[in-house]
Amino acid sequence: MENTIRLENIVKHFPGVCANDHISLTIKKGEVHALLGENGAGKTTLMNVLYGLLCPDFGQIFLNGEAVEIRSPKEAIEHGIGMVHQHFMLIPVFTVTENVVLGEDMPREPLLDIQQAEQRVKEISHTYGLDVDPKSKVWHLSVGAQQRVEIIKALYRNAKILILDEPTAVLTPSEVDILFKVLRKLVEEGLTVIFISHKLQEVMEICDRVTVLRNGRVVDTVETSETNQSELARMMVGREVFLQFDKEKMTAGEKVLEVKGVSALSDRGVAALQNISLDVHCGEIVGIAGVDGNGQCELVDAIMGLRKIDRGSILIKGKKIKENNTREIIQRGVSCIPFDRHAEGLVKSFSLSEVLMLKEWNNLPFTRHYLFDFNAIRSFSEGMVREYDIRAPGIEVKTGNLSGGNQQKVVLARELSRKPDLIIAGQPTRGLDVGATEYVRQRLLAERARGAGILLISTELEEILSISDRLLVIYEGQIMGEMFTANADLHDIGLMMAGVKRQPDGQIKEMPV
Amino acid sequence: MGIEVFLGLFTVEFFYATIRMASPIALAALGEVYVEKAGILNLGIEATMLMGAFFGVLGSALSGSAFVGVLTAMAAGMLTGLLFGFLVITMRANQIVTGAALNIAALGMTSFLSRIIFGVRLLPVQVQGIKPLPIPFLKDIPGLGKILFEQTPLVYFTYFMVIVMTYALYRTTWGLKIRSVGEHPRAAETLGISVIRWRYGCVLLGGALGGIAGSILSLAQLSTFVDNMIAGRGFIALAAVIFGRWNPLGAAAAALVFGAADAMQMRVQAFSLNLPSDFLLMLPYLITLIGVIIFRGRAAAPVALTKPYEKEATA
Ligand SMILES: Nc1ncnc2c1ncn2[C@@H]1O[C@H](COP(=O)(O)OP(=O)(O)O)[C@@H](O)[C@H]1O
Ligand SMILES: [Mg+2]
Repeated sequence: MENTIRLENIVKHFPGVCANDHISLTIKKGEVHALLGENGAGKTTLMNVLYGLLCPDFGQIFLNGEAVEIRSPKEAIEHGIGMVHQHFMLIPVFTVTENVVLGEDMPREPLLDIQQAEQRVKEISHTYGLDVDPKSKVWHLSVGAQQRVEIIKALYRNAKILILDEPTAVLTPSEVDILFKVLRKLVEEGLTVIFISHKLQEVMEICDRVTVLRNGRVVDTVETSETNQSELARMMVGREVFLQFDKEKMTAGEKVLEVKGVSALSDRGVAALQNISLDVHCGEIVGIAGVDGNGQCELVDAIMGLRKIDRGSILIKGKKIKENNTREIIQRGVSCIPFDRHAEGLVKSFSLSEVLMLKEWNNLPFTRHYLFDFNAIRSFSEGMVREYDIRAPGIEVKTGNLSGGNQQKVVLARELSRKPDLIIAGQPTRGLDVGATEYVRQRLLAERARGAGILLISTELEEILSISDRLLVIYEGQIMGEMFTANADLHDIGLMMAGVKRQPDGQIKEMPV
Repeated sequence: MGIEVFLGLFTVEFFYATIRMASPIALAALGEVYVEKAGILNLGIEATMLMGAFFGVLGSALSGSAFVGVLTAMAAGMLTGLLFGFLVITMRANQIVTGAALNIAALGMTSFLSRIIFGVRLLPVQVQGIKPLPIPFLKDIPGLGKILFEQTPLVYFTYFMVIVMTYALYRTTWGLKIRSVGEHPRAAETLGISVIRWRYGCVLLGGALGGIAGSILSLAQLSTFVDNMIAGRGFIALAAVIFGRWNPLGAAAAALVFGAADAMQMRVQAFSLNLPSDFLLMLPYLITLIGVIIFRGRAAAPVALTKPYEKEATA
């Protein structure tokens, strides 16, 4: 096998970090090569360099043995490199075909011959099994279909090397299967695939070789046939990881949250929640599994009093909540770790100590006679920084300048220090590395042991399985099934997440003894 | 006012005046559609038009040719656009503030230059203006011929641009690129489209059309320059863009409505009806206000509108 790509000593600095530190790596023609690494390891940066989006500080790229300089995506495309970005680069109001041909010359340039382009899109989608309607507007499409459009975009430009940046992060298990089929087909047709991921099992399944990155450096490149998941995990994290948690046995106490037949609309005015019912008891973690965008955000909004409920009711500690009364809901002992920590979890331009007191700012000890007590605020903040191991230059630093993991610790510190009875945790480990993820999960388990009820909403099935006691699957705003984690069947959950299967009412399996 | 009198307003002259008054607004709005489609809000069209109006008159006065005047106006508009583009695209200044500042600067500058160059006089200078040019045969179409085809060449230019710019925006790869730059500039960049260049292109185009639009008001309608003669029509053009849902054809249609309001105001004044003239002067602006309220909603607005673009920012 010849080498298609050789990267030599690629260095890329950002202010304060060295994202790529002398990275060298070889990709062979016709292989599926994994780039494995935790968040922040430098995978995306390296690929952006290869795709001409970033200019490396140092280093050389060789394509088919020849040194090349790739200064823009245009040049990368000319060299046969295509990239599917983690955040899709699609224009929602354009049709599939418009997205595909954008930026490419047409035979009768500048006239846009859309029929002919649609024909090409159809051909490509047929050849590679990339099922998508060339005429539909992209915002109508599911995430999986959007990803297929991205792949078609690269193939339309005759890509020979396809980079996929965390392609499975947004997919359901069955969509992942479809993607893998497509990838195998691509390799069959002679393409080379670079597959970025931090999911070990997927890497083992689809890739021929793996290059592991850690802190901007290459740890090693190995054949998947000669390694295993735990070895890869160790290389990725740099130490042994324990993603299995020892859960203390808890007897669930009284109900802290009851959601009874709730229906609500999304911001766009379509039904987002349809007749949802669920309970959370003291001392238990209830997981909500499901693919992003199936009503999870609306459910959290409804519980926090931020969304109008059309039908049904929500009770917290036995008392019905009123909407538009978030303040009171918070005061009743409800904490919330929001989905989007940048938009809702913290104010980026506020300092660490300001963000830490956001929920209790007008209560003692922070405020006395309408004035802030800065000594109390400082000592509280310093205590939190110590207790939650927040790595920050000081309590006056703006939270926007902290790393994702530390931002999440700030949110966690603020929400948990209130000793809440009910915790709504929305994707609490999204975007965190393995170390921080482990920490957050341990914290949630500690809260459970303290007696709090926790509603954990996550798109990472593995997260729900590892810490929750009971789980429900949500699909298009409906509960598809409910089960105890201990006897959960992965295959069933996958089908429910995809909306294929639905558990008959009242079928929750017996608690195992 | 009696209903007969009111109906009496809708004469061929009224519709003729509607087209005449609509054309500068339409032309400026067409340019602004492209600018906004590329993701930039140019609040400074008023300035662009004022510059066009003044330099149109100056060009015509110096050369003795109205055509040269129009070219001068176009150049002045493009320079204004270039300055605006430099500030908001390259320097990434706030588009709203920059546009507003430009309006004030252009008002001061044109009034000042006008006094310096033409002097302070009782009657404004009269320069070579642009005269109507009836189109043979077409002008003989009953009814419409008189209204549409006995106008000035600049009005015909407006017709032409409405068609060309609508077609180009939706049926060419250029139009596709412009729209992509205003919707998701980063995606455009990953496909090798230079966001910066297309945005400059649109701002220059908008400037050229705004400049010509200004010269319609000075050269084709008054044959002179008067201080602040655009009198808010740049803002009306901005409203026409929203009214027309960021579609060139729609914006032109909206311009017609505003043109009609303008024409109505003139007709009613000519009839010396018992209506305060200030009220009538308000009419076009009032209609604008109502229109913007009715056609509110941002669904059709380009997503990246007013957001500066920075090249090396990874999401
Ligand atoms: N545009 C940027 N500006 C500053 N820092 C960045 C930028 N892009 C990435 N980084 C930093 O570089 C490091 C590597 O990031 P990235 O390549 O995105 O990692 P990965 O894709 O492996 O998760 C991280 O510490 C990240 O914060
Ligand atoms: Mg990444």
